[in-house]
Amino acid sequence: MSSSLAERAAARGRSITLRDYAIGYGFIILLIGLIAYFAIAADGFASPQSAVFIFQSVAITGVLALGVTATLVVGGFDLSIGSVATSAMMAASYAMVVLEQNAVVAVIACLVIGAVVGLINGWLIVYMRVPDLLATLGMMFLLLGLQRIPTEGRSIATGMTMPDGSVANGKFSEAFLALGRHRIDFFIPNLIPVSVVVLIVLAALIWFFLEYTRFGRMMYAVGSNERAAELAGAPVKAYKIWAYVISGVFASIGGILLAARLGRGDIASGNNLLLDAVAAALIGYAVLGAAKPNAFGTAVGAVFVGVLLQGLTMMNAPYYTQDFVKGAVLVVALVFTFALSGRGKR
Amino acid sequence: MGADAVFRVDGLRKSFGQNEVLGGIALDLYAGEVTVLMGANGAGKSTLVKIVSGVYARGGGTMRLAGQAFDPGSPAEAIRAGVVTVHQNINDGVVADLDVATNLTLDRLSGKGASLLFKPANVRVEARAVADRMGLTLDLKARVADLPLADRQMVAIARAMAHQPKVLILDEPTSSLSSAEADRLFALIDRLRGQGVAILYISHRMSDIRRLADRIVSMRDGVVSGVFDRKPLDYEGAVNAMLGRKILLDRVIARSSARAVFTAQGLQLAPGARPISMTLGAGEVVAITGLVGVGKTALAETLFGVRRPLAGTMHMDGKPYAPGSARDAIAAGVFLVAKDRAMSGIVGGFNIERNISLPFLKRMSGFGVMKKRAERAAARRQIGELGIVCRSEKDELSALSGGNQQKVMVARWMSQASRLFILDEPFQGVDISARRDIATKLRASPDGRATLLFVTEIDEALETADRILVMSEHAIVGEHRNDDIDLDRLLAEVAGGPLTSAA
Repeated sequence: MSSSLAERAAARGRSITLRDYAIGYGFIILLIGLIAYFAIAADGFASPQSAVFIFQSVAITGVLALGVTATLVVGGFDLSIGSVATSAMMAASYAMVVLEQNAVVAVIACLVIGAVVGLINGWLIVYMRVPDLLATLGMMFLLLGLQRIPTEGRSIATGMTMPDGSVANGKFSEAFLALGRHRIDFFIPNLIPVSVVVLIVLAALIWFFLEYTRFGRMMYAVGSNERAAELAGAPVKAYKIWAYVISGVFASIGGILLAARLGRGDIASGNNLLLDAVAAALIGYAVLGAAKPNAFGTAVGAVFVGVLLQGLTMMNAPYYTQDFVKGAVLVVALVFTFALSGRGKR
Repeated sequence: MGADAVFRVDGLRKSFGQNEVLGGIALDLYAGEVTVLMGANGAGKSTLVKIVSGVYARGGGTMRLAGQAFDPGSPAEAIRAGVVTVHQNINDGVVADLDVATNLTLDRLSGKGASLLFKPANVRVEARAVADRMGLTLDLKARVADLPLADRQMVAIARAMAHQPKVLILDEPTSSLSSAEADRLFALIDRLRGQGVAILYISHRMSDIRRLADRIVSMRDGVVSGVFDRKPLDYEGAVNAMLGRKILLDRVIARSSARAVFTAQGLQLAPGARPISMTLGAGEVVAITGLVGVGKTALAETLFGVRRPLAGTMHMDGKPYAPGSARDAIAAGVFLVAKDRAMSGIVGGFNIERNISLPFLKRMSGFGVMKKRAERAAARRQIGELGIVCRSEKDELSALSGGNQQKVMVARWMSQASRLFILDEPFQGVDISARRDIATKLRASPDGRATLLFVTEIDEALETADRILVMSEHAIVGEHRNDDIDLDRLLAEVAGGPLTSAA
């Protein structure tokens, strides 16, 4: 991310062209234009509250997208993130409502689930040689089913009747709910939700990890030329598995935030998580012409999706057009990345 | 002989941009004869094959098949005209998921007059006829993917022969076959020769060539450098024409080494191969030469820990050395510049600086965080030392010439001190000036390490090494000190003559 457009063009042995500008800044300009348009066209869009709402709406998908970015970096893909998140949400709810545990136990249970799913994904892909898309697709379906088994398909809320006829009397702890609902004062009282802080911290962490540590560097090398990385002494298999563990843990953090926001284990929620997160990560390829998965681009991509949805909602666009718009934006972003910058290697 | 050639190529030229690959090739193929085409990598063999098989258009010259002008616009036209090619990659010639019968008749499924419906019974009858002509006794219902490689190869050839061609081109057909499997292939080739097919056989394996050749044509740098058709065939002359000295470049002054850095005892690389023992000394540059496919890369990979020897032991500085991975090897100070930089060296998304630092990230970071300044300093130092032509250390490798890309690969592994520095075909796709720069650097900076080069071209060995070892059939068959070399003996060893005469 540190290299400028001019350096980048020079590195490819030519001068800057209009096309380089389009590739480099196209998405940022598009984002600014989009914000300007909504600010004029939709009443109340240009306000701190609206901005915060956008951030809050992208917090969960953003966290998931950062995780999937790690798998994209090593040349893989993770389709199971959405169902890892909902499984974590159900697990947190079950731990607190049915097992009457505290917030710490619930959070730890979620993180363990994410890590274990990531390990299994990595093992399937690296050692069982299942193609990444298929392995994580299988895991997605497995988890969608598994998360419904303990309650026989019911959502989890305080006072629910369990399959054996007993009543679950546990409650979501206040500390846990604060993760999704508490707002921190920032110039304006009660402005910034904790989930947004979590997103920003995780984004900074993964960005630093990928850009500045030797582990992140080697993950990019593995994704670009696995054999070269192996001959340079990298434990390629371990790096790949770690990428899926990161993805699983991030997805489970997303699930924790989701549970904390909803305050119940709702089996119907989280349907859009996968599409939104993958869209954010892939849009991230196009940001600043990186043409590779990167944390900053993913964050911008998540905001882009959030702005678009919030704007459309405020302009009273019907909900069913939103997926279409998201899909269209994703396709345009992919064209930016692969066709225009001519580096479609993945 | 004496009869007119079935297939006649004259003055064939081909250029890619500025780069002339074929500079006027003349080649005659006769019915009922196997003509072997030899040539090192980059000699233009595959370009020639691609022109003859209709993949590339020719740049000049004439081709005549049975007296008629032969001018294929596509591979399909070449096949229809009677020139059929079986390519090196066996799986290009068969559809692995279909059964043998369907594969043998595959070309009838498409094209004019093909039946709309697929009739398994008819297919099997036709396939049986094709198989019988070839003397194949395969289960026609077997899936090709389940067959051993040799059988797949047979199916690919039989499929090609279903067109009843006048000319059959076989591009390195034994490169992935065992010797028993190869024997079956040779029997098939004998049968085709008996049927009057003109066969062009491209190979590096001397044992194949001795077994099959009626004539040998050697190619070098895009021209025919020798035609050998007088019996008994002059195999050493053919190798010499392909690899021998071109121009006398500055000879190196051979050094000897007193102190051993690396020793190997009884290393066995392949089943049935004679074990390899060798000692590499401090400050010494040793080149191992031999034809393609004699196990040079296998030996390089064994020393670097990415392949296990079947038997034998190795020592570094007197201590046992048994690397289990590239990582172990690097930790022990054994570095490898691998063959084929695009496949196994260059990280495409990285610039020069990041490509150079790749194996040494740990040494260039503190608590896992990269020390970018140290990284840049190392890259700049290496760019200066090897004379890499670039704008800055931020250049991407795709912006560099092949020679400079290779310099970056060498620079990567010279950026830290090693005990044993291995380079596998370091001069492939490298221009002469870059090659000299690299060779000079290797000789100028021994630093008490042993340097081991694997090269096919004998010139490259003569230009860089103090000592030259010859490999053949996964074993070391000769050793020469590079000051007053008996080139005839060296070539005889490369050509894999009877071992008794070499000794």
